[in-house]
Amino acid sequence: MPVYYLEIIVVALGLLMLMVDAFVKLEDKRSIAWIGMLGLVVVFALLFVVKWPASTEGAFWKFYSSGDKLALYFKGIAVLTTLIVLVMAVDYTPTILAQIANPEAGAHRQAGLGEFFALPMFACAGLMWMASANNLVSIFVSLETVTIAFYIMVAYLRRNVGSLEAGVKYLILGALSTGFLVYGFAWLFGITGSMQLSEISTALAKPDINTTTALFTFGLILVALAFKVGAAPFHLWIPDVYQGAPTPITAFLSVGSKAAGFIVMLRLVSPFLASAELVGKVTLVLTVVAVLTLLVGNLAALPQKNFKRLLAYSSIAHAGFLVMALASSPRAGGNSALTPVAVIAFYLGAYLLMTLLAFLVMTSLRTKISGEDLDSFRGLAKRSPFLAFAMLVAMSSLAGIPLTAGFFGKLFVFKLAVESQHWVLLTVGLIGAAAGFYYYLKIAASMFLSDSGKGQIDLPAISVSPLAKIAMVALMVAIILAGFNPGLILGLFV
Amino acid sequence: MSLIEIIVFLPLLAALAVGLGSPARFTALGTSVLVLLLTLAAAIRFQTNLEGSASFQFASSRTLLEIAGFPKLSLAFGLDGMSLVLLLLSAIVMVAAMMVAPKEDAIKGSARLYYISLLLIAGGAIGAFCSTDLFFLYAFHELALIPTFLMIGIFGHGENRVRTAWTITIFLGVGSLILLVGLILGVNALGGTTFDIASLVTFAKEPGTAIAAGMQSWVFLLLFIGFGILVSLFPFHSWAAPAYAEAPTPVAMLHAGVLKKFGLYGLIRIAMPFAPLGAEKWLNLVLVLLLGNILYIGLVTIAQKKLDRMLGYSSVMHMGYVFLGIAAGNHLGLSGAVLLMFAHGISIALLFALSGWMRDQFGTLDFDKLGGIAKSMPKLGLVFGFGVFASIGLPGFANFAAEVAIFFGAFSGGDETMTWIRWATIGALWGVVISAVYMLRAYRQIFLGPKPEKLKTPADLDWSMRVPILILLVTLLAVGFVPELLNQYIRPAINGIFLITAG
Repeated sequence: MPVYYLEIIVVALGLLMLMVDAFVKLEDKRSIAWIGMLGLVVVFALLFVVKWPASTEGAFWKFYSSGDKLALYFKGIAVLTTLIVLVMAVDYTPTILAQIANPEAGAHRQAGLGEFFALPMFACAGLMWMASANNLVSIFVSLETVTIAFYIMVAYLRRNVGSLEAGVKYLILGALSTGFLVYGFAWLFGITGSMQLSEISTALAKPDINTTTALFTFGLILVALAFKVGAAPFHLWIPDVYQGAPTPITAFLSVGSKAAGFIVMLRLVSPFLASAELVGKVTLVLTVVAVLTLLVGNLAALPQKNFKRLLAYSSIAHAGFLVMALASSPRAGGNSALTPVAVIAFYLGAYLLMTLLAFLVMTSLRTKISGEDLDSFRGLAKRSPFLAFAMLVAMSSLAGIPLTAGFFGKLFVFKLAVESQHWVLLTVGLIGAAAGFYYYLKIAASMFLSDSGKGQIDLPAISVSPLAKIAMVALMVAIILAGFNPGLILGLFV
Repeated sequence: MSLIEIIVFLPLLAALAVGLGSPARFTALGTSVLVLLLTLAAAIRFQTNLEGSASFQFASSRTLLEIAGFPKLSLAFGLDGMSLVLLLLSAIVMVAAMMVAPKEDAIKGSARLYYISLLLIAGGAIGAFCSTDLFFLYAFHELALIPTFLMIGIFGHGENRVRTAWTITIFLGVGSLILLVGLILGVNALGGTTFDIASLVTFAKEPGTAIAAGMQSWVFLLLFIGFGILVSLFPFHSWAAPAYAEAPTPVAMLHAGVLKKFGLYGLIRIAMPFAPLGAEKWLNLVLVLLLGNILYIGLVTIAQKKLDRMLGYSSVMHMGYVFLGIAAGNHLGLSGAVLLMFAHGISIALLFALSGWMRDQFGTLDFDKLGGIAKSMPKLGLVFGFGVFASIGLPGFANFAAEVAIFFGAFSGGDETMTWIRWATIGALWGVVISAVYMLRAYRQIFLGPKPEKLKTPADLDWSMRVPILILLVTLLAVGFVPELLNQYIRPAINGIFLITAG
């Protein structure tokens, strides 16, 4: 079965969900989400079956694929993220309905819910395509497929000012960054004469390359990608958008969109890093971005009191660690299997597990507690030991405590920095990790420590939907297993 | 499953079982007794006539990750004489701590969380001492970090417990990050091919693969500070005393008694063999800081007005002697250091167990509010007195044998020149006087003299306390009278470890 069937299946699933929403009379539209979830489970299983063709020559393959295990791995990340986002979306239904309910008499009481489940499917198809795109045009089209789906999803709660504000900010800044990206692509085509990444790589490696224009091009592309992944100084939209968007979409943004941004970054920056003429200056720029991002993300997270804002800064901080890995290309070419690319891929996988776990807990809580402030978590360990423990695991992993997947992510990044002797990066990374200890533990502390005399103590236990519970247990097991043996994740693409 | 794997994973599995609904106290106590029995079995079957550090016994290894560019990672366990002694310490203190821990209905809050945390703290220490893979040695130690935070923050004593919980967590977190960088640097400089400690030490000995001198200096400094923070080395000690004073009694016993020894173990097992030239270079810094521990902290201890704080500071102070033994770097000094790690662990656990019990009975540990209770509670007075004598280092207790070895080791050498370490030893000797001052003063204040009128007289130690206390006390006396009990294990282990100076 050829690989590209998978994207077609996912798009078809999305269309099917829209059709069902439009033409089938459903009492409970949440069953639409079930179609998507079942379909994605099948697609995820198919990922282990599909094969790349023996030859990826020809117009179509040129456009579609870079044909490696890493591409499949990133496709898997896209599918898994979407699957868990749908699980969250089902739990989140009451909040959505409260915000979009149609006061018009006669309308279906769940009108407008179906699209909320269908849109992630289209974003997912875009993410999957992007995972293997190796042509400037296909990169651009797939990236925009994802971004346009996100424009709608972020602003989905149309009667909620926060969500609208988030939507407008995301739209304007997203469009701006797209502009930079297109302009950068134009320059890139101009100096290399090709849209194909492999040919661009060869052209950039020529010793007679004009370094000024090449660096200008790199700058344009980096600005655009820094917007997408939330790297400083282009991170300003992140906290507001994360806070305003519906929680499942925040999770999707924070994992899916970030992974997408880094995949594109890996593909686009690698040719520049491979060029002997450019590598020094490109590394310097990346180092500056990494240092800024690490400092801004980690230090600004310290005083945060809102859960989603805190995770927004944490996502900036993790972007910092990822850029740090990218900037730490080993100086001498060795035969290390643990290249910056592999480290970033591992880190993104671990990041997916722990961030989605945190957001799953948050979604399960959202309808049962009064707000998203850390204060509203007080005493939760008593109301629901399970949720509190799940959050503790997620936070330990995000903080990078050993025997969790997150620790290996940081260990690999630090190891790259040591190998390439980036002492400044290493120091800043350490400061960031130390700050992380504090603010991630703060979330756990608010559940376990806070004086439980107030508020939560007499309230009934919180029930968790079976589906969410299965997802949480699976994520926790994955985090801890990968914390003992990172080979479980690395083996998927190395 | 090898014997050691069972010992390491039993506490973790027990924690999981308690989380899934198994009766908390029963499971925890049963597990710790089982762990102690298995550890004793290991000690009996341990062959003491094999020489060399590479001879890890009961070794088991499962390769987890083997790719180019990253050190080979295996879940590997094994025991040499030094880790066996520390495993014994962990198992003994673990049993005592579980016995001292309150019954389920006496715990304010979730009893499950309480026992899970205790099991994870003890399990982390056991795992760290048994690991022969550098990664898991580090990782298992970190397992105790969050449970300690929760235990002090939720179940601790006093108004400031949340603040104290944060302090200890941030100190230990930062310490372990510094340690992590030192370890990455070290492993990388040693070729970056494996995490197996024995192979790494071999690499560090061979002239071709040893770390370059300039790098050794960095590696040792980072490891020394990283491990030092975990051991409450002066001037990174300020987390320790408040944390021990405010932690629940079993946590104070496990942390001060067992977990803190991890840093010292790491110095002997990792830092010195990896970077012997670095150790030589920073020797004077080590000497200054350890004198800070012994003399400065000693004086701070004298100034304390509450028993729990005083014990906390005294445990910080005694770490200075172990550092001195390590700095001596010869057979005598190092074996004294290992023996003192054991002896101090048992004696401080004994004192914390008693002081925790006294806090429950009297409601206060202020010296001003206590007095003259030896008359009405002779058994308590007797065992506490034993603990005090052990802590000062009087003959007959394990601490004496250990401290004597350390002092002789540090002062040894054939010539008559006064090296820095000899001066430091002379300074450190005064520490014995200081500990005698504060320990005896505390004993007089609490047990002798007139009894304040307001002080109620509770019943003397009951059997639920007598058993754990006796376990600890008998161990102390047995090792004190027959140090060979442990020295038979320590000697071959030390023989194999790289020595800085010719012993």
